[in-house]
Amino acid sequence: MAKSKKSTAKQEIPKEKLLHMYKLMCDIRNFDEKVNYMVKRGQVPGMTHFSVGEEAANVGAIAALSKGDLITSNHRGHGQAIAMEIGLNEMMAEIMGKATGTCKGKGGSMHIADLDKGNLGANGIVGGGMGMAIGAALTQQMKKTGKIVMCCFGDGAVNEGTFHETMNMASVWKLPVIFYSINNFYGISTPISSVINVDYNYQRACAYGIPGHFIEDGNDLPAVYDKFVELVDYVRSGNGPVLVESLTYRWHGHSTSDPGKYRTKQEVDEWKKKDPIVKYKNYLIENNQATEEELDEIDRKSMEAIEESVKFAMESPEPTLESAFEDIFAD
Amino acid sequence: MENETKVMSVRDAIILAMSEEMRRDENVFLMGEDVGIFGGDFGTSVGMLQEFGKERVRDTPISENAISGCAIGAAMTGLRPIVDVTFMDFIVYMMDNIVNQAAKTRYMFGGKGQVPVVFRCAAGSGVGAAAQHSQSLEAWFTHIPGLKVVAPGTPADVKGILKSAIRDNNTVIFLEYKAQFNMKGEVPLDPEFTIPLGKAELKREGKDVTVVTYGRMLERVLQAADQVREAEGVSVEVVDLRTLMPLDKEAILNSVKKTGRVLLVNDAHKTGGFIGEIAATIAESDAFDYLDGRILRLAAEDVPVPYNAKLEAAMLPSVERIKKYILKLVNKR
Repeated sequence: MAKSKKSTAKQEIPKEKLLHMYKLMCDIRNFDEKVNYMVKRGQVPGMTHFSVGEEAANVGAIAALSKGDLITSNHRGHGQAIAMEIGLNEMMAEIMGKATGTCKGKGGSMHIADLDKGNLGANGIVGGGMGMAIGAALTQQMKKTGKIVMCCFGDGAVNEGTFHETMNMASVWKLPVIFYSINNFYGISTPISSVINVDYNYQRACAYGIPGHFIEDGNDLPAVYDKFVELVDYVRSGNGPVLVESLTYRWHGHSTSDPGKYRTKQEVDEWKKKDPIVKYKNYLIENNQATEEELDEIDRKSMEAIEESVKFAMESPEPTLESAFEDIFAD
Repeated sequence: MENETKVMSVRDAIILAMSEEMRRDENVFLMGEDVGIFGGDFGTSVGMLQEFGKERVRDTPISENAISGCAIGAAMTGLRPIVDVTFMDFIVYMMDNIVNQAAKTRYMFGGKGQVPVVFRCAAGSGVGAAAQHSQSLEAWFTHIPGLKVVAPGTPADVKGILKSAIRDNNTVIFLEYKAQFNMKGEVPLDPEFTIPLGKAELKREGKDVTVVTYGRMLERVLQAADQVREAEGVSVEVVDLRTLMPLDKEAILNSVKKTGRVLLVNDAHKTGGFIGEIAATIAESDAFDYLDGRILRLAAEDVPVPYNAKLEAAMLPSVERIKKYILKLVNKR
């Protein structure tokens, strides 16, 4: 199985796209850090799961998709939603439970969805999006749309029965779906190494007769992007599904209620030194794609947009009580 | 064709309903174990592979979780799958997809998206299939907001309600009964014949006792009603729910007010069964004030379904027991 090399973008990527990916990474970081800040002050009404530290693993993968492609997301879905270009205002409003939120305040952090842009939704059930992903892929195949589906899940999902069933079905039907395992090493507190008996999950691909790919450094945006450009092309060409795994790390706890006793501060600090945003920033500067000032300006604008989203959310109305009794059935 | 009918079995009514809808809408397709060349484990898709091809009459691996998840994802993106669950007992493997995903998606997403899937479930006992292949699990699904649940009891109702279920933009749990696939009746041939979901039907009009039922037990209730009318002169009104969710409460309550006596019958286990919900609905409504006696229930006993045919029959409401309960209500016995 091919392993990715270090920070070597094989594709000629237009500068505009390179910088846009940087912006999205900044948005994810700034958004989640802001929410975390507000959680600590008791300003967020519900449960949240952060993507901080996993920015490259999310943005690099999703940036390789085309308009009209779809994703299914998991409970750590903030990063994927932002990478799918969700409106930050509406997403922040949703996390604050407001009427202007993406789900009118009925879904919250775990159910961020953006059907218009192809995000079939975060999912509160581990592995819950995998069936949906192959079904969405079946639609693309039967309607011959040329679109593909990326099914995002964490390492925690790989021992669910649905992993086996959906991967097999996708394989025998040659469905256009990328199964993307974002391995951040822990399912809440449980180290993945203690619950699988292979080194990495991608190695299981052979059981389904599909290619398994490995991105050893999921914090290296160009490496992630390169691999996904290759995989998107493979899947879109009608070759059937692939399983791909990237290694990354969540800086924060599983959720905001996680005290993090299962890992050492030293381990967390080591991973923080492998900050995907810093790494990508250095890459852009070293390859003369941007100056530090340009990138700092992108970050500053991103911070502004996040502050604006908070303002929007705070000023937005609460949902009406009647709305609790709406949207149960489609007409 | 408009008013034409034909005598056919429940099985053929199912095939006709699905085939008509698949001709009408190219987004409708059938998926499940053995639906293709085998024609369905109960013969409910015989001939469909030949007409529609293997893309739209889609055999699946034995993977209930993947089947249900795939159907939901396909439905969210524009297709309208019909899933042949085969034995309803196997739906246990589909529960996350139905309960946590299909039922809640639209609500969680603030009214965006829809999940038009029909899960066709071969329910009930009566074929010597024992405990893991004989259950009627409708009450699990009526408990979940966001799902529709239907259980028609005649070939014509099967056709009309299945067609409405396929056209519905929500997830519908459709119960068909293993013991009744061969049951015959007049079925309208008009391809536009449908029966709206949520509408009960008075299968018999009467003034002495109301019997509320649905699905498999309708046949026995009608036999019992006709026999007590003949032999004892008791006039029984039979309310056939056909749809459990949404529930036609008005039809139930109107009938109870009219007769003042009510018996509830289903083939699912008694405890936690759907007829308990109907009992509560009557008890908390103004129809309660019209009652001249207790609300009685007749359901399958709270034991797993046994294999031996005599034991199996013993745990299920029989025509004789239904008659006995009707007569008990009118103080004839």
